[in-house]
Amino acid sequence: MINYIYLAVILPLIGFLINGLFGRKIKNEIIIGIIGSSTVGIAFLVSLGAFLQTLSLPVDQRANTVELFTWLSANGLNIKFAYLVDQLSLTMSLIVTGVGFLIHVYSIGYMHGDKGYWRFFAYLNLFIFAMMNLVLGDNFVVLFLGWEGVGLCSYLLIGFWYDKKFEKSTTADAAKKAFIVNRIGDFGFLLGMFLIYYTFDSLNFHEVFSKAQSLSINETTFSLIALFLFIGATGKSAQIPLYVWLPDAMAGPTPVSALIHAATMVTAGVYMVSRASILFASAPAIMMLVAVIGLLTALFAASIGLVQNDIKKVLAYSTISQLGYMFLAAGVGAFSASIFHVMTHAFFKALLFLGAGSVIHGMHEEQNIQHYGGLKKYMPKTYATFLIAALAISGFPGLSGFFSKDEILWYAYANGGFVFWLIGALTAMLTAFYIFRLFSLTFLGEERFDHHKIHPHESPSVMTIPLIILAVLSVIGGYVGIPEVFSGENGNLFEKWLAPIYEPAEQKIMHYGFHTHTQEILLMAISIILALSAIYFALYIYTKNKNITENISNRFRKFYNLLLNKYYVDEIYDAAVVNPIKIGSEKVLWKFTDSFIIDGIVNGAAKIIAVISEYIRKIQTGIAQFYAIVIVAGIAAVLLWIILSL
Amino acid sequence: MQENLILTYLLIIPIVGSILVLFFDEEQKSVIRWFGFLISLIAFIISLIAYKQFNPQDPQFQLIHKVLWIKSLNISYHVGVDGISLILILLTTFITPLTLLSTWKAIDKNVKMFTFSMLLLEAGMLGVFMSLDIFLFYIFWEAMLIPMYFIIGIWGGERRIYASIKFFLYTMFGSLLMLVAIIWLAVYASNQTGMFTTNLIDLYKVGPTIARSIQNWMFLAFFLSFAIKVPIFPLHTWLPDAHVEAPTAGSVILAGVLLKMGTYGLVRFCLPLFPQAAVHYASFISILAVIGIIYGALVSMVQPDMKKLVAYSSVSHLGFVVLGIFAMTVESMQGAVIQMINHGLSTGALFLLVGVIYERTHHREIEYYGGIAKIVPVYSTLLMIVSLSSIGLPGLNGFVGEFLILLGSFKSQVLNSWWYTIFAASGVIFAAVYLLWMYQRVVFGEVKNTNLFQELTDMNKRELLVLLPIILFIVWIGIYPSTFLKLTEVSVQTILQNISIHTFDFLK
Repeated sequence: MINYIYLAVILPLIGFLINGLFGRKIKNEIIIGIIGSSTVGIAFLVSLGAFLQTLSLPVDQRANTVELFTWLSANGLNIKFAYLVDQLSLTMSLIVTGVGFLIHVYSIGYMHGDKGYWRFFAYLNLFIFAMMNLVLGDNFVVLFLGWEGVGLCSYLLIGFWYDKKFEKSTTADAAKKAFIVNRIGDFGFLLGMFLIYYTFDSLNFHEVFSKAQSLSINETTFSLIALFLFIGATGKSAQIPLYVWLPDAMAGPTPVSALIHAATMVTAGVYMVSRASILFASAPAIMMLVAVIGLLTALFAASIGLVQNDIKKVLAYSTISQLGYMFLAAGVGAFSASIFHVMTHAFFKALLFLGAGSVIHGMHEEQNIQHYGGLKKYMPKTYATFLIAALAISGFPGLSGFFSKDEILWYAYANGGFVFWLIGALTAMLTAFYIFRLFSLTFLGEERFDHHKIHPHESPSVMTIPLIILAVLSVIGGYVGIPEVFSGENGNLFEKWLAPIYEPAEQKIMHYGFHTHTQEILLMAISIILALSAIYFALYIYTKNKNITENISNRFRKFYNLLLNKYYVDEIYDAAVVNPIKIGSEKVLWKFTDSFIIDGIVNGAAKIIAVISEYIRKIQTGIAQFYAIVIVAGIAAVLLWIILSL
Repeated sequence: MQENLILTYLLIIPIVGSILVLFFDEEQKSVIRWFGFLISLIAFIISLIAYKQFNPQDPQFQLIHKVLWIKSLNISYHVGVDGISLILILLTTFITPLTLLSTWKAIDKNVKMFTFSMLLLEAGMLGVFMSLDIFLFYIFWEAMLIPMYFIIGIWGGERRIYASIKFFLYTMFGSLLMLVAIIWLAVYASNQTGMFTTNLIDLYKVGPTIARSIQNWMFLAFFLSFAIKVPIFPLHTWLPDAHVEAPTAGSVILAGVLLKMGTYGLVRFCLPLFPQAAVHYASFISILAVIGIIYGALVSMVQPDMKKLVAYSSVSHLGFVVLGIFAMTVESMQGAVIQMINHGLSTGALFLLVGVIYERTHHREIEYYGGIAKIVPVYSTLLMIVSLSSIGLPGLNGFVGEFLILLGSFKSQVLNSWWYTIFAASGVIFAAVYLLWMYQRVVFGEVKNTNLFQELTDMNKRELLVLLPIILFIVWIGIYPSTFLKLTEVSVQTILQNISIHTFDFLK
């Protein structure tokens, strides 16, 4: 049937092995690039084939399992290397391989001339391999394999230029930070899996989810499971409190930021929550927590994004903020909307990053947007595509981001309440503002760079063609999910397609009250007005009247600095967690407990024995008469003891 | 008397080899090296034949060879294996030739004595794993100390004398208590059955009948001896010193195989002989194990010396093994056994890799290095793979062991609390911290120390030949652990079933 799906997983692995083992010898960039890209391209076609085939099946036969071999078995545990091909995993596979392929092609141009060219493509392929395992795995453990695998690739790629400085430290520091913060999340994920196995005696999706429906299990257990899993998700998907690694992850090459730290890997947490929707839906308190964390992260990260000057940093905080939206959606029970936003976000955010890469490329590695300006005429294609992406993320009517974001806001209102909607809409406004601030400072206004040193130029077509394709997707990508209020009888196609996945969860979620289409359209209109005015405002002050910005930042100097320094969260973590552990381990555990106490006792005991021996040694005088006396006394004592005990 | 001589051949080969080495001319270093290597390779092949003959479905001890030895005390030369001992025997015969190969350049003084000691050590380790007579076991257990003592004491670093004496005293202290317990046990058996016996299979029936109060003491006597060898916190301080001072080969054998004798002892003796006491102390020991996991990782993190860092990481990793054993579920104990193998491979490989650059620069301090990815890319890649295996990345071997241990301990009825697992699982965070931090400081960044350009050269063919087989197994166990899990499953089930028979009411 669709057994061939494993090809979509294995091909990138083959690409990794070829480039990883022989890349150094192949040397030729074109060949390496073609191997790297084509394996992912074919993987996309395979996923597409599986998608079309699944689409042609009746709805109740659309979930199929492809078993490869037994991975871990002990006692009741039986973990298979198996892939679950269903609506959700296929959607994710298409995003991963589709966007992945475009970014691979782009990288052929972007990485041109890099010493580690072969290494880059090898890692990128390995990433796709791991990500495909993550989205296709039919049990929690294969998902976790992918989960850790993408974390590894992220680590390797953030630190790709391992001898480079990055901000105050090095890229290697950023890479390590990403891995370790993710591991904190993984700790939660692991505990979640243990508790699932403890409760359901299985880690297989199908078994666990059907037992979750049929068995009567108390809500505390569900809450704990969902909480543990969500801790894992906050790590990988950069939510409060574990988001701190993602801004630093920008130390990696820009295609990596686009692929891993925007379009695919960071959405893994959203995918996982969505996959385990029934477990979350059975834990209302945790659902609320997910929604609140998502909402706060969205607002918090967007506020930081307002004042950052590094083009990639702005986009990084934007990604964190958008991921917050996805969790908000999941938290209010709109799982399908969260995946919809995963998809549209993959298009426009990948485009934004690749556009940023194109700008950085053309500006000789300059990343500070204060040193850009007026690039429109030098890079027309980058400019046009970037504009489309910026409009899409701002929720400009008719573009992909509009549909997905609006759906989320609507569910936030319908299932969460007015405050949820309000904060969400406010964040949308901030988003529109910071992205057009970025856009204006980069492409419009006066040229603020040194013309003698920097000669901006448009990127080669191997880079601009992926931009154009992504721009097209950013425009039309939303039309698969037109809300019911507009599409009428057909309903929301995307939602319908995914509906069977969430059916069990749907039954458990409370839907409060009844809402009319009028309300929906009214709220939509308000959010459009907010977004458009924010866009206009940003364009106006950053191109026409720059004094306003200075006035504002001067008046709110303290708050501005707080934002500029990202609320000092990194510094707080260092002071509260990192340094105490380091110092405690060295001074208290090693130097004191290990060397002083334990070794002190051991060496002390040895010394005491040595001292005692020193005295006892004196008994051995070498005088035979003395020995004779001792022997006689000994015999007398033994005899006495025998007599007395008789 | 049953007759299967395969294990005896396996035992005799390295002994005969070690004696023959003595007849070589000291100056013919390369001949001696080749000879030692070939002998250990033959032992490996014989162990593979034993593996072929072994039936993993049979819960009994197999490939038994029994000859009465000391008639008056009813002590026999009695060897045989179950899945657990067999897999550790395979680990031993696999690691030893690679270790010998790794020393071809590093050991240049007294090559003859060195090869002699290594082969004798191999025989000792094999004897420990195959003995089914508790007295015979004790002899191998003690005998093995001697060559190890010499390996550290003669070919070691500056403080080798301090380290070797500390190693010797620590382990001797434990061993003596065990000897007392062994004698007591044999006497008790003769009171019960009318026959003085040191036959382990007989003692398995006798042990659980010992009164609880006495059983606890017996258990502790055995346990202390094994706990020192593992080592379990807080009895671990001999390990960092021994590792740092030992030559690379010594560290590899020490971490690779010797420490496993402690955990093997727990599985083979402590649990089945004294099941009630084992269950009684399970929580206490698991707490020590969990402390060891976290403590070892944290102390490892702040070590300036690469070898010491790896040594402390062993304390952490072995903590997982001990937790897996005392959680007493099939999952956790299967995990513990596979984790013994994993630790042997990964930590062995880490020591080998530290040895590779130490041979070139004579520096082990992390400070000395930095940015070597540029100079030695192949080395850096191998170090990455091995570090990831040690971190427990899924797809490599470490994950399989840790996952099964944690999964099993979480549902353990004996421990009956989630906290063990929750604390132990935090070890997965710290493992990433100490290894990646070391890796970053050694491999990434710019080359600050320009001496490195002259001193360092990438892996040569011999070194690759040592490392690649280990990496093969690191990947194999990671992706298809069934090969290994199947070998031990029935044996693990048997041990746990016996425990539950004797402690059934206890667990209720």
